[in-house]
Amino acid sequence: MSRRFVEPSILPGFSLTFGFTVFYLSLIVLIPLSMLFFKTASLSPREFWEILTATRTLAAYRLSFGTAFASAGINAVFGVIIAWALVRYSFPGKRIIDALVDFPLALPTAVAGIALTELYAPNGSVGRYLALAGIKGAFTPLGITIALTFVGLPFVVRTVEPVLEELDPQLEEAAASLGASRWYTIKKVIFPVIAPAVLTGFTLAFARAVGEYGSVIFIAGNMPMKTEIAPLLIMTKLEQYDYAGATTIAIGMLLISFFFLAAANFFQWQLSRKYGKV
Amino acid sequence: MSVRTEPRSIRILIITVAVAFFALFLVLPLVCVFQNAFSKGLTFYVKTLQHPDALAAMRMTVITALVAVPLNLVFGVAASWLIAKFDFKGKDILLSLIDLPLSVSPVISGLVFILLFGAQGLLGEWLGDRNIQIVFAPPGIILATIFVTFPMVARELIPVMKAQGNEEEEAALTLGASGWRTFWLVTIPNIRWGILYGIILCNARAMGEFGAVSVVSGHIRGLTNTLPLHVEILYNEYQFAAAFAAASVLALLAIVTLVAKTAVEGMMRREH
Repeated sequence: MSRRFVEPSILPGFSLTFGFTVFYLSLIVLIPLSMLFFKTASLSPREFWEILTATRTLAAYRLSFGTAFASAGINAVFGVIIAWALVRYSFPGKRIIDALVDFPLALPTAVAGIALTELYAPNGSVGRYLALAGIKGAFTPLGITIALTFVGLPFVVRTVEPVLEELDPQLEEAAASLGASRWYTIKKVIFPVIAPAVLTGFTLAFARAVGEYGSVIFIAGNMPMKTEIAPLLIMTKLEQYDYAGATTIAIGMLLISFFFLAAANFFQWQLSRKYGKV
Repeated sequence: MSVRTEPRSIRILIITVAVAFFALFLVLPLVCVFQNAFSKGLTFYVKTLQHPDALAAMRMTVITALVAVPLNLVFGVAASWLIAKFDFKGKDILLSLIDLPLSVSPVISGLVFILLFGAQGLLGEWLGDRNIQIVFAPPGIILATIFVTFPMVARELIPVMKAQGNEEEEAALTLGASGWRTFWLVTIPNIRWGILYGIILCNARAMGEFGAVSVVSGHIRGLTNTLPLHVEILYNEYQFAAAFAAASVLALLAIVTLVAKTAVEGMMRREH
């Protein structure tokens, strides 16, 4: 490792691209984001803490992080099943499904929101059957989880797919020839290899779901304390011109997200220690 | 039977679960959009989309994308050249900072521009004295869109440029080509599909962004409404068929995006 800031290269353009990248990054991202800290600095620690621990704020946090966690969990399970089906089996319509996995990333969230609300409302084409079973879809935390599951679907599939594709067939053949049952091989040989990818996909889906707004507000019902997600609470504060309140809730969200991401990194590190780097 | 697969019954079960989950979460919402869009007939559909507010919203959406995508494209090319071609201190930090907008809630992305340019904001007074309006006006919408789509071209280009390596550029430079000539004649042709791929993804997000734009728009009809915001307004006014008609345009855009993306992926695979 040299002490130089940049390794010498005969390629030109380092200063130009470095300067432009840092300039544009500061202008568009860093300066605007730093406003969050400027704004909260205008509050006393006590005011800050009071907004952060208000019952309505806490209820919104609990709902946002809880439903995001649930939807990421659902996606972890079904994402692995879908990735497995796409990589290992052939069936009619497989290529269309493979292309459609990214659909939630391409579809504007507001469109997803109104479509899911229409489907899962008590008189909607899916909600009707849920209602028969006594389950309320739209306008409950379940509805929020459904919308977040839609939004987060691509992440686990797309992180697990390449790992499954590159899995060395000899590993499974060796396990089978040594007498391991298929289930035992999956549990002891395949799962450890894909586990880090599943966790990565889970984390990405979770992070996306926590901040999600467009697809949720239509299906949520938006009742304070019950079905009001944290981004919506920020929006409400903004509409009341309570900028300090909005900013405080935003900072709280970022801090909790940061804590979860750090926890995910820790688990990732433990996984790699337990199963070795793969 | 190969040792690398499961019994037939398990295979069928897994495929069924995968397809059912897909149908429930992806196909059904898509069908729902178009079914509701045409629920009042084709004439109503055409009339809804020709409404001046709808046309103004579409215009705003297109203008936003026309500004945001080229800017983020120039940034994406510069940043990926920097990160793929050079080794320097703090590269990992720079990379995570570039990805930052993706992990910020869209609502917070809009909020920061209000804090910066709003009437009570840091620059609010200065701008107010000069009669410049940024938030609750088209510039705010465009800025918020640039923010949320900021890393989208760079993220696609960095791995492509890294995979390409430096040898071809080094050869061109050794043979006496200038830096710019090397960039245009060697680098750009090599990454052209990556560029197209980035543009497609960036454009889809730019045209479809809702949360960030909703915060800074002020919802002024015919002036600061984008198509996704127009969908929301119609829906909240219980004009469901009209809302879905406007939504169907965005759904169509999503389908075109996926088809174009799949086509470009095919092109990239063929070249390698």
